[in-house]
Amino acid sequence: MEVNEVFEKVKHLFVDELGIDAEKVTMEAKLEEDLDIDSLGIVEVVMAFEDEFEIEIDDEELTDVGTVGQAVNLLHSKI
Amino acid sequence: MSKRRVVITGLGTINPLANNVPDTWESLINGESGIDTITAFDTSELPVSFAGEVKNFDANEYMGKQQARKLDKSSQLSIFATEEALKDANLNTDERLGPNVGIVFGTGIGGIGSTEQAVRTFDERGASRINPLAITQLMPNSSTGQVAIKYGIEGPSLTVTTACAASANAVGEAKNMIQNGIVDMVITGGTESGTTAMTIGAFAQIRALSTNNENPTEACKPFDKDRDGFVMGEGSTVLVMESEESAINRGAEIYGYVAGYGATTDAFHITAPAEGGKGAVVAMQKAIADAGLTIDEVDYINAHGTSTQANDKNETAAIKTVFGERAYEIDISSTKSMTGHLLGGGGAFEAMVSVLTLKNGVIPPTINLNNPDEECDLKYTPNNAIKKELSTAMSNSFGFGGHNGVLVFKKD
Repeated sequence: MEVNEVFEKVKHLFVDELGIDAEKVTMEAKLEEDLDIDSLGIVEVVMAFEDEFEIEIDDEELTDVGTVGQAVNLLHSKI
Repeated sequence: MSKRRVVITGLGTINPLANNVPDTWESLINGESGIDTITAFDTSELPVSFAGEVKNFDANEYMGKQQARKLDKSSQLSIFATEEALKDANLNTDERLGPNVGIVFGTGIGGIGSTEQAVRTFDERGASRINPLAITQLMPNSSTGQVAIKYGIEGPSLTVTTACAASANAVGEAKNMIQNGIVDMVITGGTESGTTAMTIGAFAQIRALSTNNENPTEACKPFDKDRDGFVMGEGSTVLVMESEESAINRGAEIYGYVAGYGATTDAFHITAPAEGGKGAVVAMQKAIADAGLTIDEVDYINAHGTSTQANDKNETAAIKTVFGERAYEIDISSTKSMTGHLLGGGGAFEAMVSVLTLKNGVIPPTINLNNPDEECDLKYTPNNAIKKELSTAMSNSFGFGGHNGVLVFKKD
């Protein structure tokens, strides 16, 4: 899967499942400051990714994920 | 030192009749029913297929999907009702209310819908798939916390869980908080959204619910000979209460006075009231005494009146014990006949009704009262509202567990 395909899937998840405004979901968007996703929200996001992409993500892998782009790149590397 | 007087300066509600206070009042005095066949889920396997559901409420539309999905429905409703109450009280909702405002909410069971969802996920998919928001949604203090967060309420916070007396106790505790000078203002009220298939099934197992599935609007008939149980309802009602001085200083309009509060415990049986409503008797007497009044000064009683054989009979007996012959002169009604039993949210709803009854000079009826029980022979305002100038109202709430909460309100 290409990076931009992963991005589209991630955007879709954010909008449809988490109810986030589509316009706000860009590669540069910061999860906490721009998308209002707090610590609990991150867990939800990870669970949604795990279900959608059929992978497992450890908590440690998330320490450097602060933007949508970083999340997309992490997922892309695991698919 | 005389006690500070406590007033109500704002009201907000969402309930089976309407989604705001003015429409709710209109429905009440017109004797309308908010009870109907359940639409939220399939009732074909349940012995009871009707309830008082909130209508025309889309949480996603009201607060956006991102926020709505973090909350159990009971919390969504409490935020909705709080918004109306704060605006009604002319408080600035753009600023944090701060440390001089407390919050005391009542609920019977809190986030039961969210609890059920978490259990199902756990059973079907295991622990690692449980929604990370589950705990914050299902904990009974969730509504209290979420409302406090939204409006910056930093004073003391409390969630009262005394079943059907919960928000009556909440209003009472809020009154005490203000009278004791702990804070000048308290946002108080109750919420319940426990109408799930499981809870209906569970209540039906106690044989507590009416099974009049063919006639939902006529099923809730307090004090009627043919009453066969209560009808479940959902909703939230919130009141802004403050010291009289605080209200006057900021030019707030006063709905009425929270004059007295009496609370007792039957300590008898987990669901049945004590014989003759003994605990209720003392709670009523305490509330009247706390208000500095006598039995001759109570004009109207908003009864607990659930439409069960046990409550209505015992409550009637209790009223007679407290008021003696005067019991036959007091106007009484049970608005549960129109809304169903709002459980933990009932006390606050009925506090609102009591205060509006005094302010507007109209007594809402007990509907479906066509064949009064001989043991229930008081003036229950059958079927039609009565226009009457009144100055003092009493509101009764009695909960499973034997918890009794009685409030007395004054117009001036």
